[in-house]
Amino acid sequence: KYIHIINKADMAASKGLKILVGCKRVIDYAVKVRVKPDRSGVVTEGVKHSMNPFDEIAVEEAVRMKEKKLAGEAVAISVGPPQSQETLRTALAMGIDRAIHVEIPLAQLEKLQPIHVSKLLAKVCESEKPDLVILGKQAIDDDCNQTGQMLAALLDWPQATFASKIEPSQDSKQLRVTREVDGGLETIDVSVPAVVTSDLRLNEPRYATLPNIMKAKKKPLAKMSPDQLGVDLQPRQEVISVEDPPVRKAGAKVESVEDLVGKLREKGLVK
Amino acid sequence: MLNGVLKSVQLVGSASRARLCSAPTELVGGISFKLSEEQQSLQELARKFTADEILPVAAQYDVSGEYPWPVIRKAHSLGLMNLSLPKWLGGLELGVFDECLATEEFSFGCSGIQTAILGNGLGASPLLMFGTKEQQKEYLGRLIDEPLMCAYAVTEPGAGSDVAGIKTTAVRKGDDWVINGQKMWITNGGVANWYFVLARSDPDPKTPAGKAFTGFVVDRDTPGVNPGRKEDNLGQRASDTRGITFEDVVVPAKNVLGTPGMGFKIAMGAFDKTRAPVGAGAVGIAKRALHEATQYAMQRKTMGVPIAQHQAVAFLLADMAIGLETARLAVWRAAYEADCGRRNTYYASVAKAFASDVANKSASDAVQVFGGNGYNKEYPVEKLMRDAKIFQIYEGTSQIQRLIISRELLAAAMSVKS
Repeated sequence: KYIHIINKADMAASKGLKILVGCKRVIDYAVKVRVKPDRSGVVTEGVKHSMNPFDEIAVEEAVRMKEKKLAGEAVAISVGPPQSQETLRTALAMGIDRAIHVEIPLAQLEKLQPIHVSKLLAKVCESEKPDLVILGKQAIDDDCNQTGQMLAALLDWPQATFASKIEPSQDSKQLRVTREVDGGLETIDVSVPAVVTSDLRLNEPRYATLPNIMKAKKKPLAKMSPDQLGVDLQPRQEVISVEDPPVRKAGAKVESVEDLVGKLREKGLVK
Repeated sequence: MLNGVLKSVQLVGSASRARLCSAPTELVGGISFKLSEEQQSLQELARKFTADEILPVAAQYDVSGEYPWPVIRKAHSLGLMNLSLPKWLGGLELGVFDECLATEEFSFGCSGIQTAILGNGLGASPLLMFGTKEQQKEYLGRLIDEPLMCAYAVTEPGAGSDVAGIKTTAVRKGDDWVINGQKMWITNGGVANWYFVLARSDPDPKTPAGKAFTGFVVDRDTPGVNPGRKEDNLGQRASDTRGITFEDVVVPAKNVLGTPGMGFKIAMGAFDKTRAPVGAGAVGIAKRALHEATQYAMQRKTMGVPIAQHQAVAFLLADMAIGLETARLAVWRAAYEADCGRRNTYYASVAKAFASDVANKSASDAVQVFGGNGYNKEYPVEKLMRDAKIFQIYEGTSQIQRLIISRELLAAAMSVKS
């Protein structure tokens, strides 16, 4: 088990937090996703991909924390195919200092699950020793909403998920995170190091300016493999089939309340 | 084939451009059509900017005719303006090709706003090519620091295609020059911070054009510079076009570009850099026309099926696609030639002439696909028709382009031993 102790007073001090931000390359939100004819998955070949929107929000938050001097260094990490480099370049263009790419061979990509990703991230945390990990709350392709929580458990770190606000706590020794939960907003204080996952209203991500896009090419991007990190990518689930959701059936209009009740009775929905 | 025969003139300050044509990314037998990573990033940023900042407001600016300052400021803050300004000034020193990529994207959103954003290119070109370091630092540096606009003031009420027929005079008075005359149809005329002005410096009518004119950089706030009212045009209504009167405008000698008498060459030289991007603007309209027409044709039903399934309609779309693909390639070739440091006049004229015709036909056909709806302001295609027309007129009319092309090809043909 990995335990990392930091002087909590350092948070308010000049050095600032070291932040690790996760970015996933997913099918672009505007694309109409199609199921493959053999029902083994969705079509990804030649389809527009971009950074998971919640991860963009995470990157933006890290950059803002740097600008507010709460953070000193921000590192982006992506677990994915060779093209994930483009996603990392976008993060660098937004203001991240350097990037790490854990490259997954295409054959293993389709079977990659949050449990594997969180193990890979945990291993990287061992060497990078960040004070804060910010992940998107979920990816828009699988909607799992698991990686952040699993990572915190593996590291035995506190977690603050669905964050809509991150600020220093009253005494500046912890982070005060406002979370969006079913009942409304919940505010908690977490000690660092911690894992936070970003929700929609945390911030609005900036455009990368053209000069920054050009500069991003020169920022360091390190490559790693799952073997180097000693993580086993053995799949633990098998996808049996992927299907389109059922086509929405047309409804029927009724003339009066009596008709409505009659129809509900017919369908056995009302006694 | 014509390449080897046409004389290759090295344009001043373009040596650095050669790097762009030596780094293709998907070379197959010596040719590549693939954009570099940087170019793809630029295209993506421009596309995103267009979708978020231009498309939502284009219709409103078309109606009001207001200058799109908020859009310009945003573009400037993202580094999307003044793409070709040199690095030593703080610019990105991108090539004509990159300018074309951005122009096409903006034009897809609104070619009027695109003309406003990229109008600086034409005004800045003379300085980029013939200005001294001091002149460049003073006038181009300003454009980088703030979202300021500049303008290219050559056309007059009595002389458009006939540049040699301009009547604005520049008379030497000691170390200064005094400019008198009337310019017309100047893009950014009312919002420019400075102008490139072409004036006749040699009153002798027998002096050849190549020696009779001088190019000046004139500050907007110089006494005697009077922009007229904003003209009420058919299309590209967000762009600011005006007449400008120059009444005893005193310009110091240090604001002369090149040397006195060089003006005509400077003014014409600018077009070699800007004709391809203007073509790209036309391509943007063609792309938008095809996009709108396709979407509509898939939704609108007649005779029980979406109209896209009627071949007459589908063939209209196909012809738009043929025009779009070929116009874009022509623009790319012209831009590539410029970036390789070669004189691209022939290719630039081909691209501009063809793309402007394609834009007009595509826009008209898009209205046709929309039918009655297309004729109405509630739908986006009538604006495309109105915006497209100017592409056959400004930056050299379609007739002038054909004059240039025929002259170039005949000169090439005559220099080959038969």
